[in-house]
Amino acid sequence: MPLPQIMLVVLWIGLTAYVLFGGADFGGGIWDLLAGGAERGRRFRDLVEHSIGPIWEANHVWLIFVIVLAWTGVPSVFASVTSTLYIPLTLVALGVIGRGAAFAFRKVSSRLWQRRLFGATFAFSSVVTPFFLGAAAGGIASGRVPPGIAAGDLVRSWVNPTSMAAGALGVGTAAYLAAVYLTRDARRGGDDALAEEFRRRALWCGAVVGVLSAVSLLVLRADSPALFAELTSGRALPLLVLSVLAGLASLVLLWRRAYLAVRLTAALAVVGLLWGWGVGQYPVLLPGLTLDRAAATDAVLAASLGSLAVGAFLLVPSLWWLYATFQRDRGEVSRRPA
Amino acid sequence: MTGVLGVAGADLGAARMQMALSLGWHIVLACLGVGMPAITLLAEWRGHRTGDHAYRLLARRWARALGVLFAVGAVSGTILSFEMGLLWPGLMGVYGEVIGLPFSLEGIAFFVEAIFLGIYLYAWDRLSPVAHLLSGVPIVLAGVTSAFFVVAANAWMQHPAGFVTEGGRITAVDPWAAMFNRATPPQTVHMILAAFMVAGFLMAGVYAVAMLRGRRDRYHRLGLLLPLTVAAVVTPVQIGVGDWAAHFVADSQPVKLAAMEGVFRTGRGVPLHLGGIAVGDELKYAVEIPYGLSLLAHWNPDAEIVGLERTPPADRPPVNIVHPAFQIMVVMGFALLLIAVWLALSWKRRRDLPDSPWFLRGVAVSGVAAVLALESGWVVTEVGRQPWIVFQVLRTSEAVNPAPGLVYGFVLVTAVYVALTVATVYVMRRLARDVPVPLAPQEPDVTGYKVV
Ligand code: HDD
Ligand code: HEM
Ligand code: HEM
Repeated sequence: MPLPQIMLVVLWIGLTAYVLFGGADFGGGIWDLLAGGAERGRRFRDLVEHSIGPIWEANHVWLIFVIVLAWTGVPSVFASVTSTLYIPLTLVALGVIGRGAAFAFRKVSSRLWQRRLFGATFAFSSVVTPFFLGAAAGGIASGRVPPGIAAGDLVRSWVNPTSMAAGALGVGTAAYLAAVYLTRDARRGGDDALAEEFRRRALWCGAVVGVLSAVSLLVLRADSPALFAELTSGRALPLLVLSVLAGLASLVLLWRRAYLAVRLTAALAVVGLLWGWGVGQYPVLLPGLTLDRAAATDAVLAASLGSLAVGAFLLVPSLWWLYATFQRDRGEVSRRPA
Repeated sequence: MTGVLGVAGADLGAARMQMALSLGWHIVLACLGVGMPAITLLAEWRGHRTGDHAYRLLARRWARALGVLFAVGAVSGTILSFEMGLLWPGLMGVYGEVIGLPFSLEGIAFFVEAIFLGIYLYAWDRLSPVAHLLSGVPIVLAGVTSAFFVVAANAWMQHPAGFVTEGGRITAVDPWAAMFNRATPPQTVHMILAAFMVAGFLMAGVYAVAMLRGRRDRYHRLGLLLPLTVAAVVTPVQIGVGDWAAHFVADSQPVKLAAMEGVFRTGRGVPLHLGGIAVGDELKYAVEIPYGLSLLAHWNPDAEIVGLERTPPADRPPVNIVHPAFQIMVVMGFALLLIAVWLALSWKRRRDLPDSPWFLRGVAVSGVAAVLALESGWVVTEVGRQPWIVFQVLRTSEAVNPAPGLVYGFVLVTAVYVALTVATVYVMRRLARDVPVPLAPQEPDVTGYKVV
C-alpha cells in the first residue's frame, strides 16, 4: 500500500480507538448526568468514577493522535477543516477541558456542593463534546467543508441536517458504549443489582441508537445523496450490513446477559459505521480534493509512520498492561465516601 | 494568500492573545508535569530505602496532587493542538507536515506518560514497592522527551530548516533536518531545565510557607529540602544554558537580540542596557555597561551588534515588550541563583537549612519567580520572533484564520481559563488542608492516605 493510504488507515484506526475508548468515557459522564440525586445516583457515579479513573487520560490521547496525524499527513485538509469548523471545534476543545478538569477535581473533592458543581460540569461537558464532534464530522461527511482556509460557511457547515443527526448519534453512541462496558464492570465489581440496572439502560439506549441510525440514514439520503448511495449500494455496503447485524446481535446478547461478548459486538457496530463512512468517501477527502493531492510528501509520511511503528512496540504492551491491571479485580467499588 | 489581507486587526490580535494565554497557562502545568514526577519518585525512593514515614507520606501527597495537575495539564494541552489549526490554519496547512514528525513522536510520549501515570497512581497499593517505583520511571522519561519534541517544533519556527518550497507549495521535506534544526539544542535544554526549576521551586515554596507559619517538623523540612535541592542544582546550569541560548540568538536572529537589548544602531563595542524604555528610535533611561553586550553576545568587546535600524520599522519586534521580558528573566535567574548558593553554603557549613526567616521568605516566593522567568523567556522567544510566525518565511498575519469573530472565541476561552484557574487553585488548597499532616507521621498515616 502506498504511504498516503497507510497514513489514512492509521489515522482512521486512531479515530476508531478514540470513539470506542474515549467515546465511552464521555458516555460515562452522560450516565453520571442521568444518575439522579446525590443519594440515589451514588452507586452509578462511583462505578463510573472507578471505571474510567485510571484509563481516561490514556484514552484521551487518541484524540491528540488523530489531530497530529491529520496535520502531518494531510495538512491542507486539517487546515480547511479547522478553519471552517472553528466554532464547533472550539466548543469541543472547551468541552474537553471541562470534562477532564472537572472529573479530576471531583475525584479529590469531599464536600457535597463541590462534588455537585464539578460533577455537573463533568456531566454536562460529556454531552456537549461528543455532540459537537459529531456535528463537525457530519459537516465533513456531507461535503460542506470545501478545501481552502475558512472557505466554507462558518455556520451552515455544522448547523445542517446531517450534522445534527451525526451529533445526536455521537452522544447516543457514547452513552450506549458506556452502558455496555459498565454493565460488565458492575458485575465484575460484584454488584449484580447495579449490573441489572446498567443492562436495562444499555438495552433501551441501544434501541434508541438503532432508531437514530435509521433516521440518520434517511437524513443522509435527503441531505447527502452521494454518501448515501455509497453506503447503501457501493463499496461501503458490507460495512453497513456488518454494523446493523452487530447492533442487533448486541441487543440479543445484552438480553441474554452475555456481557463480555456484547462488548465486542457493540464495538463492531460502531466500527462498521465509522469505516463505512471512511470507505464510502474514499478517496475524496474534501469536495474536489483527493488523497493523493492532499497527502504530505513521502519523506514525512515515511518518517512519521516509521516512528509510530517503532512506538507501537512500546505502546501496545503498555496499553495492555494498563487495561489488564484495572480489569482484573474490582472488589472495592464503593469504598469512597460520597 | 491574498484573502488574508482582509483579516481585521482585532481578530489577529485576539488570535495572538488567545494563543499566548493558552500556551502561557499550559506551560506552567507542563513544567509541573515534567518536574513533579521526578521529584515525587525521588521521595518515594528515599522512603523505600530508609522506611522514613515523612518521605513516604510526602510521596503520596505529591502523587495525589500530581494526579489533578496532570489532568488539567493534559486538557489544557489538548486545546493547544486544536488551536494550532483553529487559529493558524495558514501555518498548519502548508508547514504542518514539516513539523509533523516531532508532534507524532510527542504523541507516542503522551501515550506513555498517560498510561504509566494511570498505573502509577491507581496501582499504588497493588504493586510491589520496587515495581511501583519502576512504573514511575517512564513518566519522567516521557515527560522530558515530550518537552523536547514540542520545543523542537517551536525551534523550527525560530530557525526554519529542512524543506523546499516552490510557489507556496512544499515540494520536499527532510523531517529529521527540520526537527534537529540548529535552534533545537539550546532551546530544548533551556526549556527542560526550566521545567525542573519551576517544579522544584514551586513545591519547595509550599513548605516554606508552612514553616514560616511555625511547622518546622521533619516532614515539612524534607518537603522543602528535596524539591529545593533539585531546583538549586539546576539553577547555575540553567544560567549557563541561557547564555548559550543568547549566543545562538545573536548569531541566528540578530533582530531579536537587538530588540532584547534595545539596540537601535548597528555598531561595535555596544554596551549592555539595564532597564530603559524605547521612545521612538531610542532606548531611554537605561543604565549602560560599556562593551557589555558585544562581550556577552560574541565574547569580544569589539564585536559588531546589528541594530534595529537595519530592519524596516514594520518588521521589528516590539522592543518595549521583548526588552523588559528579557531583563525579568535574567534578574529572576540570578535571584534564584542567590537562593541556591545560600542553601549550598549553609548545607556545607552545618548540614542544615539556613536559619534566617529571610531564606524561607525567599523560598516561599521562588516558585513565582521561576514562573515569571519562564513566562518572560517565552515572551522573549515568541514576541521577539514577530512579525513572523515562521522566522523570515511566513508572517503571522498570513497564517491567521481569516474567519470573522475570533474575538468572541478569545473572550470565551479567557472566561474558561479564569474559571479553570480559580478551580485549580481552590482544589489544590483543599487538597493540602482537608487531610492535615500529623506532627510525626506514623505508618497508618502513610498507608491510610489514599493516592486516588
Ligand atoms: C526558570 C526559567 C528560566 C530562567 C531562570 C532563565 N530562562 Fe531563559 N528562557 C526560559 C526560561 C528561563 C524559557 C521559558 O524556557 C525560554 C523560552 C523559550 C526557550 O527555549 O526557553 C527562555 C528563552 C531564553 C532566550 C531566548 C531563546 C530564543 O529566543 O531562541 C534567551 C536568550 C535566554 N532565555 C537567556 C537566558 C539567560 C541569559 C538567563 C540567565 C539568567 C536565563 N535565560 C534564565
Ligand atoms: C509553552 C510555552 C510557550 C509560551 C508561553 C509561548 C508564548 C507565546 C506568545 C506570548 C505568543 C504570542 C506572540 C505574539 O503574538 O506577539 C505565541 C505565539 C505563538 N506560539 Fe508560542 N509559546 C510557547 C511555546 C510554543 C510552542 C512549543 C509552539 C509550537 C510548537 C508555539 C507556537 C506558537 C504559535 C503558532 C503562535 C502564534 C503565532 C505568533 O503569534 O507568532 N509556541 N506564543
Ligand atoms: C514548551 C512547551 C511545552 C511543554 C514543555 C509541554 C509539555 C507537556 C507535558 C509534560 C504534558 C503532560 C501533561 C502534564 O504534565 O500536565 C503535556 C500535555 C499536553 N501538551 Fe504540552 N507542552 C508544551 C507545549 C505544548 C504545545 C505547544 C502543544 C500543542 C500544540 C501541546 C500539546 C499538549 C497536549 C495535546 C497535551 C495532552 C497530552 C495528554 O493527554 O497526555 N503542548 N505537555
